This record gives sequence, structure tokens and C-alpha cells, in this order.
Amino acid sequence: MPVASSVLDLIGNTPLVDVSALSPAPGVRILAKLEGQNPGGSIKDRIAKAMVEAAEADGILKPGATLLEPSSGNTGIGLALVCRVKGFRLRIVLPENVSVERRQLLEIFGAEIVSSPAAEGSNGAVRMAQRMVAEASDDVVFLYQYANPNNPRSHETGTGPEIWRDCPEVTDVVAGLGTSGTLMGVGRYLKSRNPAVRVWAVEPPAGELVDGLRSLDDGFVPPVFDPSVLDRKTIVRPRESVEWTRRLTAEVGIFAGISSGAAMAGAARAAEQLGEGVIVVILADGGWKYLSTGAWTDPLDEVVERARRIIYF
Amino acid sequence: MPVEVRLPTVLRQHAAGQSRVKGQGTTVGEVFGDLIRQFPLLAGQVVTDDGTLHRFVNVYRNDDDIRFLDKLNTTVGDDDVITILPAVAGGTAGPPVAPAAAD
Repeated sequence: MPVASSVLDLIGNTPLVDVSALSPAPGVRILAKLEGQNPGGSIKDRIAKAMVEAAEADGILKPGATLLEPSSGNTGIGLALVCRVKGFRLRIVLPENVSVERRQLLEIFGAEIVSSPAAEGSNGAVRMAQRMVAEASDDVVFLYQYANPNNPRSHETGTGPEIWRDCPEVTDVVAGLGTSGTLMGVGRYLKSRNPAVRVWAVEPPAGELVDGLRSLDDGFVPPVFDPSVLDRKTIVRPRESVEWTRRLTAEVGIFAGISSGAAMAGAARAAEQLGEGVIVVILADGGWKYLSTGAWTDPLDEVVERARRIIYF
Repeated sequence: MPVEVRLPTVLRQHAAGQSRVKGQGTTVGEVFGDLIRQFPLLAGQVVTDDGTLHRFVNVYRNDDDIRFLDKLNTTVGDDDVITILPAVAGGTAGPPVAPAAAD
């Protein structure tokens, strides 16, 4: 292998692994794309690199600039990694009671953390970040993953073509729905190569966990989301997500995060409905940040109760 | 036979505080029409005046988003459950709580 000039060159080009042993339908192959193999540990490394490099190329991001982003999860970590290597400052806005592992990882990579009220959740972090950018006097850039076209574009030029290159016989792709970037970019690319490919979105029952909304008008739909790219959208609940996360490790030796368990549950449901086909399922991150949830070690009922209250998508 | 409908927290105030209600109908649209008869304050909250779903609302039949089935014409039977959820930002799902082990 050629020597990488920096860890950023290791972003993307993730492996596909045949996990058909987990398929409930003998006529349906399931291949898992292991995004936990990215250097920052998740698929978000792709969008972090793409958004930052696009901003540099457009002249929006100049040397010495500070990036601001609301994220308590993988996007924050991906941006922290990219900023560390490229020499930008990063401020992350996150709800005040995220798990200590996430805060530590962000700090290790040199990010400055600004806390937003826990009760306002992620919507609150986004609003705070928007206020901070409006009030900022120094050179502060808000890349805003929910609306930045380089988010889905990184998947249209990276994740999607990799799937097509490695598995041109793909009939269905299954992925978790967060900002929607993965589904939009991968979906658009694969349908441009084969219009018959179906795109299945899996989501957590997030709305049930958020009690802070005063009205439906407080809701939020990511600006990059275009529902016409999807063929199906299904909720996968914490119990099934944790069960499949355990099966991934126990049966095929894949140590992935809880959203990956949810995506596998979605792939299994799709397999049952299809009867035959080739499903590519995207496993967004590794299991490391979820060890403290006891997902693999504690009684399932306890883990499910905890999982209802933590970030795993 | 009535179909069970699960309401999100933000709408329960319009249904006498109930989280689960029942509506009659063979399609999601018919069931909603019946719910509005029972709870007039729900009018306009889920289905807007032009007959479409509120853009910040997601509706599921047994966890499948009806926008990708037959929308308000999606058929429902006795054993089906309709769930209404508000649209929220993905990627960080709601107010996170530190796992006990990390305290």
C-alpha cells in the first residue's frame, strides 16, 4: 500500500463484508460497509473532510479561522480530527449532559466545548450555534452539516461509488437516517447507475424521546433531505437495535455501534420482504463509544431503558 | 373496529392528555377524520387545511412511514398501530443523558 501523507488520506474506501449468515431470507445476500474503519471512527469523517476542504477551496475558511458546529457525536469528532490536522480551531456546541466519552474525545482532539441546555436537545444546540455565529466578531465559520451540500455530496462522490465499484449487483441499500446525507448521496449515486436500486432509511423513534417541543412548529427537517430519493422509511426501536448490535459481534465478529444494529435490523426486515436480492447495509461507526451503555454486557431490559435516553444515531 | 393511534407529547394536550387514542376507519386519513371529530383541537395539527400532512409531522403504520406507502390513503386494520411523531434533528437524537457508568 502507498504511504499515506496524513491520516486524512485514510478517510473513505471502507471495506464491504458479507454478513449473509445474518440474513433471514436465503435468497437475499447482505453486505455490510464498515464505516467504523475510518480514522476518526465513523462515516462522519467523510463529511468533515469534504465540508472543510470545500470551504477552504471557496475561500470561506482562511488560515487561523475558527469553525463552529453543533454536534455531540461523530461529526464533532470528525471535524476535530480534520481541524487538528489542518490547523483550524474548532468550537463544538453540545447539550450539557452528553456522555463523558464524547466530551473527552472532542477535547483530546483539541476542540473547545460550549454547552447548550440539556432540555433543548439537538435543536437547542443548533439554535445556539446559529446565535453564536450571528454574534461572533472573529473569523467564525459555521459549516452546518444539516444544510451543507458537501455533506450529501461526499457520499455521492465517495460512499456511493465505492459501493458500486465493489458490488455492482446491489439491489437495495439500507442506512440510518440522521442528517440524511448518507441516504441522499448514496441513493442518488446508485440510482444514477441503476434506477431500480431501492433506498431504505432506518430511523430511531427520536420524536418520542424529545419532550422539549412546545409545538409541532418547533420541529425540524434537515434542509439537505429530499424524500424523493427514498423508497421506504422505517422506525427501528432500541430493543431491536441492541439485539442486532449484539448479533453482529456474536455471530459475524463485527463490533459496531447501536445505530449499526438498527441498520442491520432494517436490512433483515427488508430481506424478509424482498425474498431475493443483494442488500448493502451501512454500519456507521464502531462499538467503542457505546461500551459504557452496557449494550454487550448488561441485561437487555436495562440496556434498552438506557438506550432510550442516549444518543446512538 | 377502532385502530390505535399513539400521540406524541406535544399533541396530547389536545386529546385530554391521552397518549393512546382510538379512531374508526379503513385508511389513515379516515382514522384521523374520526379523531378530529372526537378531539376538535387536533384539527390542522397533523393534517393541514389543504389535506396534506403537516411538514413537521411523521406518521407511521406499524413503524413504516406512510409517506412512502400510500400516504393518507394507506390502509389500516384492527391490529395496526398508527404512530404520530414530530420531526426532529437527526444525528443527535434528543436530549442525551450520560450513561450511569460514566458518572
